Amino acid sequence: MKWFSRPASETQITNGQRLWLYVVAWLVMIFLLAPTVIVIPMSFSDSQYLEFPPRVWSFRWYEHYFGSPAWMQATATSLKAGVLTMLVATPIGVMAAYGLFVSKMRAASLIFLILVMPIMVPVILVAIGVFYVYVKVSLVNSLLGLVLAHSILAIPLVVVVVSSALKSYDMNQEMAARSLGASRFKAFMVITLPQIRFSVITSALLSFLTSFDEVIVAMFVSGGENSTLTRNMFNALRDQIDPTIASISTIMIIVSTSLLILAQAFGKSDNES
Amino acid sequence: MTPAGGALPITIRDATKAYGRIFALDNIDLDIRSGEFMTLLGPSGSGKTTLLMVLAGFTRPDYGSIKFGEREIVRTPPHKRDLGMVFQNYALFPHMTVADNVAFPLKLRGVSKPEAEQRVEQALETVQLGGYGERRIDQLSGGQRQRVALARAIVFEPRILLMDEPLSALDKKLREQMQIELRRLHDKLGMTTVYVTHDQREALTMSDRIAVINHGRVMQLGTPNEIYERPANRFVADFIGESTFLPVSVQDGVANFAGQTLKVAQLPGSTDHLLLMLRPERLQLITNGTEIVDDEVNAFRASVREMVYQGDSFLMYTALEDGTEVTVRGMTRRDMVSNLPAIGDAVQLALHSDDTVLVAAGEA
Repeated sequence: MKWFSRPASETQITNGQRLWLYVVAWLVMIFLLAPTVIVIPMSFSDSQYLEFPPRVWSFRWYEHYFGSPAWMQATATSLKAGVLTMLVATPIGVMAAYGLFVSKMRAASLIFLILVMPIMVPVILVAIGVFYVYVKVSLVNSLLGLVLAHSILAIPLVVVVVSSALKSYDMNQEMAARSLGASRFKAFMVITLPQIRFSVITSALLSFLTSFDEVIVAMFVSGGENSTLTRNMFNALRDQIDPTIASISTIMIIVSTSLLILAQAFGKSDNES
Repeated sequence: MTPAGGALPITIRDATKAYGRIFALDNIDLDIRSGEFMTLLGPSGSGKTTLLMVLAGFTRPDYGSIKFGEREIVRTPPHKRDLGMVFQNYALFPHMTVADNVAFPLKLRGVSKPEAEQRVEQALETVQLGGYGERRIDQLSGGQRQRVALARAIVFEPRILLMDEPLSALDKKLREQMQIELRRLHDKLGMTTVYVTHDQREALTMSDRIAVINHGRVMQLGTPNEIYERPANRFVADFIGESTFLPVSVQDGVANFAGQTLKVAQLPGSTDHLLLMLRPERLQLITNGTEIVDDEVNAFRASVREMVYQGDSFLMYTALEDGTEVTVRGMTRRDMVSNLPAIGDAVQLALHSDDTVLVAAGEA
């Protein structure tokens, strides 16, 4: 076995000596991935109940999902909430990050802390707080309420991602643009924004996912015809164990993973430019 | 590419800017003539960059007036001041080509595309970068980036050009070459140029006039020659060139130093706390022991302490009879090197009365 005696990297340690590390690394990977991936074969089962491994394969639970008006409405709600959250959180988060970056105020770091607070406290606290406020202003079970609540969770991500992109941006460029005749707004749009565009796109995708994957806040403030997909899945799991859940999960895994890969790809090219 | 309508004079009155209790600008009055190359020279933190930023419109003074020609611009935002500016780190737009960078100010001014293309190429040729339009910024060297930044600042024919230490990132050789080039460009285009630097040699090389700035105030305003030969105070004398300062006493209009009367071309107005400024290159080394009898030359006895060889010149550290250290610089020409004294030898230092400059010990 030549492979065992070959150096593992730029060191004198061989692959054989590193073997234990490879085993541990793979075990961690499996531990992380298995619970997510296991629903994929389960979704193609013909059984009435969730079973693994499936004895008979079938698409019936996908047909059931796409044929169900209730599931379709929930899906539509989740997609709408996701897109709207993205549209609300991204501009606000970008503006906040930019403002904090150019601000010379001493309070800037304090404001930054306040802005990212929602991702530091347990989501259940945000959910409870939002619920009590919404009861007072009758926003419970409305799409608007859902979008605003999800934006609370998404804005911190946008602020963090865009702030870190701005750190490596040379603000003198904007000053140069202004000295050459561009208003401050124009300088931002034409000079600054194109150079941080990848992190803006990344944070927009993350905003969408924050809303699309979110369940706790949705449990509290979404309902009726504005129930989200995740909320209905949660309820379905409680009431009846139905493999439809597995098929929906599979679709969500694919959507989320693709978006995350996209976000990563965009994040990378920002650093390169 | 000369500015339409000619260059503009700049009038600065009472410009004041305080950060907390520190005055970055302390009541500055400065008249910059139309078409002049004016350098703001000072150490870091002196306020020179603040003054430039006030001219550019990025810093608003606490009070005071700034006029471009007859127009008061203190409240005009930067993009309406119509001036070219070159930044220390160039601040080129990396997501645009060289041509797009240079065309940027033209596009904002609504210049038609064919005309813009022609003017961009002309500007690039002016800075000797003809044909570089399609390059990306990251394909350029530091010196080329500098030229692009310059082309971008002059392409719209501004009547005023501001430069903030534009050469500080370049290596010495390129920097000296660019100094000459920038000066030629200024003479060719004829706009009013305000140039900020902390490099005294750069200031002396390029400027029509220099404003030496420290603690937010103009210490001296004058031509390079005036600043170097007749510094107004110790700060200016110390900042420009290297000097030794020795205390001088004045009685009845006669300056005395170390027991001998100094022959001086002119005495400063105030005669309290005067210092004799000794520039190393103005002292002449006399090694053969001849008595110097000349009405226009001061001679000091000294002994050699140390020699430093610097290629084109040498530095000799000597001590006067009272122990004061004085540095002498000489060129390493054959006739000088051949009879250099040894360490410990007695020598004489001769100083022409025109070079015997007395400066006030205080700053103002």
